[in-house]
Amino acid sequence: MGYDVRTAYRAARRSLGVVPQELVFDPFFTVRETLEIQSGYFGMRDNRAWIDEVMHNLDLASKADVNMRALSGGMKRRVLVAQALVHKPPVIVLDEPTAGVDVELRQALWEFIRRLNRDGHTIVLTTHYLEEAEALCERIAMLKLGRVVALDSTPNLLKRVHHLFLRLRLGGRLPEELRPLEHGSTPDAHVLRLKSYDDVEQALSSIRRAGCHIEEMELAQPNLEDAFVDVMRRS
Amino acid sequence: MSGFSTLLRKEVLRFWKVSTQTIGAPVLTAVLFLFIFGHVMEGRVRMYDSIPYTAFLVPGLVMMSVLQNAFANSSSSLIQSKITGNIIFVLLPPLAYWEFFGAYVLAAVVRGMVVGTAVLLVALPFVDMEFRHPLWVLAFAFCGSAVLGALGMVAGIWAEKIDQVASFQNFLIMPLTFLSGVFYSIHSLPAFWQELSHFNPFFYMIDGFRYGFFGVSDAHPGKSLAVVAAFLALVSGLTLAVLRSGYKLRH
Repeated sequence: MGYDVRTAYRAARRSLGVVPQELVFDPFFTVRETLEIQSGYFGMRDNRAWIDEVMHNLDLASKADVNMRALSGGMKRRVLVAQALVHKPPVIVLDEPTAGVDVELRQALWEFIRRLNRDGHTIVLTTHYLEEAEALCERIAMLKLGRVVALDSTPNLLKRVHHLFLRLRLGGRLPEELRPLEHGSTPDAHVLRLKSYDDVEQALSSIRRAGCHIEEMELAQPNLEDAFVDVMRRS
Repeated sequence: MSGFSTLLRKEVLRFWKVSTQTIGAPVLTAVLFLFIFGHVMEGRVRMYDSIPYTAFLVPGLVMMSVLQNAFANSSSSLIQSKITGNIIFVLLPPLAYWEFFGAYVLAAVVRGMVVGTAVLLVALPFVDMEFRHPLWVLAFAFCGSAVLGALGMVAGIWAEKIDQVASFQNFLIMPLTFLSGVFYSIHSLPAFWQELSHFNPFFYMIDGFRYGFFGVSDAHPGKSLAVVAAFLALVSGLTLAVLRSGYKLRH
């Protein structure tokens, strides 16, 4: 954003909205008071209409006059998001926003995050859920011991992983020669890690030669988790 | 509203919403002191030759309430915010460290003044009070509560647990207040303790405050105000330096 955090700290802080990971709240105030106070800290005047809109978008309108202590964990999480938005920051930092939330709220938060992004906000999302990063992020940074070890677009990170997975349910034993390729098999299915599509052909012919019957088969592309494991192993 | 006025309003609302605990309880404590000490001592001693003991006691108790509640306001607000984690809501916005300081100290002054006024109003029907120099009363109440508000900030920032703030209050603020002449004139003390009292800044706060009511005091009110103002400058400078460095708040 180009602001020095020491000399131009006011402009730098105005540009940022932060949703902390912990469910923190001030127990003395209602939802509306909390948002009005947060808005006032940023010097926003006559901000009631925007506060109403944010509360409406986050399904908080019915809880506007309820004390923060009386809210469920999910509702408190929504208020934290609303607090980060009251001053309309161009950049929003979401620190593990879906950690420990139920499926319904996670879906709602994902949709809301997408909408914010479409409306022009830059979203910085930190998460341990790689499925979440893959679904929401255009660009991903991976950190190891506080150091960035990968920073690229999601498709480019996925391209770094040069293997694919063949998931099989067999009506017999897996041929011995394929056992070294097993990667994350489950009790009812074998998963083989293959280097290329040519290896698929070879694996299938091994199974045919062993007289094994294939009951179910699925070919899967590597996901971000595979890319993450790969990056961490190499760095 | 500006960030500063919002933080000030929020800090005032914070104690106002739990006024039974933050205003009612200290008023009751002060009034109990007044009734018990007044009952025991009334008629036995006259202070400065002419002032009944209960009347002498009222300004001391009022100022003691002002000081202790100003300290309690800023220290409890900060330590609670730090422990619960909601301090982040005041650290992220574009507030300058001096705005942060001003809002917490002024809120502490408001709490001290509200409790002090309430103690005075409850005492008035029972005691004949004089108000010779109301401006002195206000000047000492403001400076004294500002000093304690700033000290409360230092304690709240330094402490990591609530019992550390309680220790600050019980082992420093409380003894210095009690030994400052709330219940007696230092002229009634042995020479050594009388001399030692002159090194207690709280003595000047209470002595000068009492001068505003009766027009008599142990020390000259001008000297007392100068000492209190110098102490306020010192404590404010320390608090501002702590806030500017980000000590225990931004690290």
